[in-house]
Amino acid sequence: MKRRSLIKAFTLSASIAAMGLSWSIQAAETIKVGILHSLSGTMAISETSLKDMALMTIEQINAKGGVNGKLLEPVVVDPASNWPLFAEKGRQLLTQDKVAVVFGCWTSVSRKSVLPVFEELNGLLFYPVQYEGEEMSPNVFYTGAAPNQQAIPAVEYLMSEDGGSAKRYFLLGTDYVYPRTTNKILRAFLHSKGVADKDIEEVYTPFGHSDYQTIVANIKKFSAGGKTAVISTVNGDSNVPFYKELANQGLKATDVPVVAFSVGEEELRGIDTKPLVGHLAAWNYFESVDNPVNSQFVADWKAYAKAKNLPGADKAVTNDPMEATYVGIHMWAQAVEKAKSTDVDKVREALAGQTFKAPSGYTLTMDKSNHHLHKPVMIGEIQDDGQFNVVWETGQPLRAQPWSPFIPGNDKRPDYAVKGN
Amino acid sequence: MPKALQRLLLGLLLLLPLAAPAADADYFIAAKANEQARLLQDWAAQPDPARVELLSALQQGRIAAGDTRKLRLNNRLRGLVDNALASHQLLSADSTVRLAAAQQLQKSAQPAQVAFLDRRFASEADAAVHAALALALANLQLVDSDPAVRLAAVRLLGETGDPMARTRLEALLEPGVESNAGVRTAAETSLAQVKRKLLFGELLGQAFSGLSLGSILLLAALGLAITFGLLGVINMAHGEMLMLGAYATYVVQILVQRYVPEAIEFYPLIALPVAFAVSAGVGMLLERTVIRHLYGRPLETLLATWGISLILIQAIRLLFGAQNVEVANPAWLSGGLQVLPNLVLPYSRLVIIAFALFVVLLTWLLLNRTRLGLNVRAVTQNRNMAACCGVPTGRVDMLAFGLGSGIAGLGGVALSQIGNVGPDLGQSYIIDSFLVVVLGGVGQLAGSLWAAFGLGIANKLLEPQIGAVLGKILILALIILFIQKRPQGLFALKGRVID
Repeated sequence: MKRRSLIKAFTLSASIAAMGLSWSIQAAETIKVGILHSLSGTMAISETSLKDMALMTIEQINAKGGVNGKLLEPVVVDPASNWPLFAEKGRQLLTQDKVAVVFGCWTSVSRKSVLPVFEELNGLLFYPVQYEGEEMSPNVFYTGAAPNQQAIPAVEYLMSEDGGSAKRYFLLGTDYVYPRTTNKILRAFLHSKGVADKDIEEVYTPFGHSDYQTIVANIKKFSAGGKTAVISTVNGDSNVPFYKELANQGLKATDVPVVAFSVGEEELRGIDTKPLVGHLAAWNYFESVDNPVNSQFVADWKAYAKAKNLPGADKAVTNDPMEATYVGIHMWAQAVEKAKSTDVDKVREALAGQTFKAPSGYTLTMDKSNHHLHKPVMIGEIQDDGQFNVVWETGQPLRAQPWSPFIPGNDKRPDYAVKGN
Repeated sequence: MPKALQRLLLGLLLLLPLAAPAADADYFIAAKANEQARLLQDWAAQPDPARVELLSALQQGRIAAGDTRKLRLNNRLRGLVDNALASHQLLSADSTVRLAAAQQLQKSAQPAQVAFLDRRFASEADAAVHAALALALANLQLVDSDPAVRLAAVRLLGETGDPMARTRLEALLEPGVESNAGVRTAAETSLAQVKRKLLFGELLGQAFSGLSLGSILLLAALGLAITFGLLGVINMAHGEMLMLGAYATYVVQILVQRYVPEAIEFYPLIALPVAFAVSAGVGMLLERTVIRHLYGRPLETLLATWGISLILIQAIRLLFGAQNVEVANPAWLSGGLQVLPNLVLPYSRLVIIAFALFVVLLTWLLLNRTRLGLNVRAVTQNRNMAACCGVPTGRVDMLAFGLGSGIAGLGGVALSQIGNVGPDLGQSYIIDSFLVVVLGGVGQLAGSLWAAFGLGIANKLLEPQIGAVLGKILILALIILFIQKRPQGLFALKGRVID
C-alpha cells in the first residue's frame, strides 16, 4: 500500500514537473548565453566582476528588446579556479545547456583547457583578457590585448625618459603559460633593444603565493645595479601580499616602478593604495578615461552594483577586462542581428569587421581575419584613490599581432584562424 | 602722502616673496612635462625658502591647500620633486628635517647641486646632518677633477653599506674611468668593504624572512600540535579554524569601524579574544557532536573532519561571498624599520614573530601550569588511568580540542594581517601545518617550535637559489626522506606512554 502511494506521488510530481518544463520551453523564446568565470578560488578576485558585468550587459540588451526579437538568458557556472573544471563546465554549457555563445575565462591556462572542447563541438568563446598571443582559434574571439597591444608598448614606455629610462628589468610572474610566454617575448624584445641578459632577471611564483619577502629583497638588490623596472605578470590575489610587501619594505615607484599587466581597479580595491602611488599598469581602458560613453558605462555599472547589492557596491569600479566583456557581448549581439541567426559559422562570418563605440573612447573594430580587436594602448599610474592616471597612450587603435614577431618561426604562421593552432 | 607711499612700497616689497611662489606655481602648472622637469632641476640647484610650501604640496600631489586644479605628475617628475624638496629642506631650522633631506639627497642629488651642497656642508653645525651631507657629496665627487677630492670621496663611500655605493664604485673601477692609481686602489678596498657590509645585511635579511615565515607556520601549526599532537585527532578541518579566526577579525574590523571608529587602530587586539572564542566554540561543538564518536578510528576521523572542512568553507561562502574580504592593516602594522641601508624589517612581521612566541608561551603555561593542562596530559598519556583517578575525560577532550581550535583562531588573526582572507585560506596552510607537527614529533610542543622555524629558514635559504616553486618541492622531498629515517620526528616522547 505504502509503496504504491509513493509511486503514485512520484508519477504525479514527475508529470507536473514535465508540464512545468514544457511550459518554460514554450515561453522561452530565448537565446541561452553561457558565462564561464571562476566565482571562487584564487581567481575569484578578478573574475567575479566579469560575471556581473556580463549579466548587466545582457540585462541592458534585454531591456532594449533582446537580439533578433528574442531575450538573452544567461547560464552562469562556477569553474572555481580549477583548470580542468573549466573544460568540464564548458562542455556542460555547450552540450547540456546548448548555449549559443560563451563569455568567459581569465587565465590562459583556463582558456587552453576549454579550447579543445570548443573546437570539437564548434562552440563560440569570447575571451575578454589580455594574454600572451600564440593562439588564433576559429572558435574564439579575443577581446583583450595581444602582447603588441599591451606588454611591448609598456616596456617601450619604461625605456623612455618619462618612464624613467629603465636599464634593468625584473620580470616577475605567476608560474603558468601567460607569464612565461609573455616574458619570452619581452626578453626577445629587450635583446632587440640592446638590453643584455645580465640586466634581465626572471622569477616565477606558484598560484596563490603569499610570501613575497625574498622576492622584494631580491628586487631591491637587483635595482642597486642601475635604474630598474619590475614587469609583473602576477595574477589573482597574490598581488595583494606582493604590493603590501613592496610598501612595507619601502620600495617606492620613484625608485623602482612596477608595471603590472594583470592589476586593474578591481584588484586594487583590497589594498591601501597610498604607498603604491606611481606604480603602473598597462591596459586598453581605465575607469578614469574621460568621455561620454565611459561616463555612461561607469554610471550604469555603479547603479547596477547598487541595485543588485553586489559585495562592496558602494565602491564599485570598472576595469579593462570588464570593458572587454561589455564590448564582446555587444559585438556578438550585433553580429547575431546581422547574421539573423545564432549559428556559430554564420555569426563568425558576421563578426569580421564589426565595430563598436567602446567606453575607452575609441571605436573598436573586430579584425577581418585574425579574431582580435583593434585596441588603443594606455599606461596609467596608480593614484591614492585606487584609480589610474593615464600618463601615456597610443592615440589610435592598434591591430593585434597574436603571433608575436619576437618568437622565432611565427613569421610563417597564417594570419587567419585555423583549428588546432 | 610720501609716508603713505613709502608704506605702500614697503608693503609691496614684503608681499613680493609671497607672490613669487604663487607665480612659480602658476608657471609650473602651465608648463609641459619637459619644462616642469627642467624647472625642478633648477630649483633643486638654487633653493629658495619661499618655494618649500609649493614643493611639499607638489609632493603630496596637489598645488596648494585649497587649490582644486588638477595636478598630474608622473614618476620622473615625482622623483625630481622629492629631490628639489630635499634640497630646500636643507635650509630648514629643524635638524631632523635636514637629516632626512640629506639622506634623500644621498640617493638623488645631481651634479648641478654640488655647489649648493658644498655651501651647506661648510655651514652645517649638526654632526649627524654633516656626516649625511658628506656622503651625499661624496657620491657626486667621484667625478671631481681633483684626485685628492676623489680619494676622500672613495674612502667615505667604503664606510657605508649602501647598495648604490657598490654600483658607483664598480662604475669607477671600469677600465678607463679612473686614471689615478691611488684612487683606484682606494676604490678597490672600499668596494670590498661595501660588499662585506652588503653581504652581512643580506644574510640578516634572509634570516629574518626565515624567522618570519617560521612564525607564520608556527601560528598555523600550534593548534594542530594540540588537536593532532596531543589528542591524536587527524583534524583536516584545522585550516578552517584558521579561516574562522581570520573572518572573525574581518567582522570585528567592520563592527569597530561602524560603532567605535576612534578605536579602529586597535581592532586586531580586540579581534584576538573574539577569534579565540569563535574558533574554540566551533571546535568544541564539533568535538561533542562528531569527533568524540570517532576516537580511535583515525580513517573515519580523517574523512569526517575533511567533510566538516568542506561544510565550513561553503558556509563561509554563503555568509560572506566567495570573494576575498578586505582586512586592512592599521597604521602601526604598516611600513618597516630601516636597520641597515639594504635591510628593512616590516613592522607587521616583527609583531607576528613576537605574537607567535607569546602564543607558544601561553600554550606552554596552560599545559604545564594549570589544572586543565595537567588533566589534558593525564588523559593523553593514559586515558583509563586518568578516568579511574576521577578526571572527567569527556570534558577534558572537549576543552583540549577547543583550546587547539582557539589557538588556530589566534593564528587566523595574524594571518589576516599579511595575506588574503578568503574561504580557501585554510586550504593553503593545512599541508604546512601537518608537515610542521609531523616533522617536530607528534605530541611535542617544543618539536613544533623547532620544526616551524627550521622549515621557515630552510625555505628562505633555498628560495633565492632555486626559486619558490622548486624550493617547495625540495623541502617536501627532504621531509619525506627525514620521516623515512626517523618516523617519530625531531623530538619523540620517551618512555612507555605511547598508546
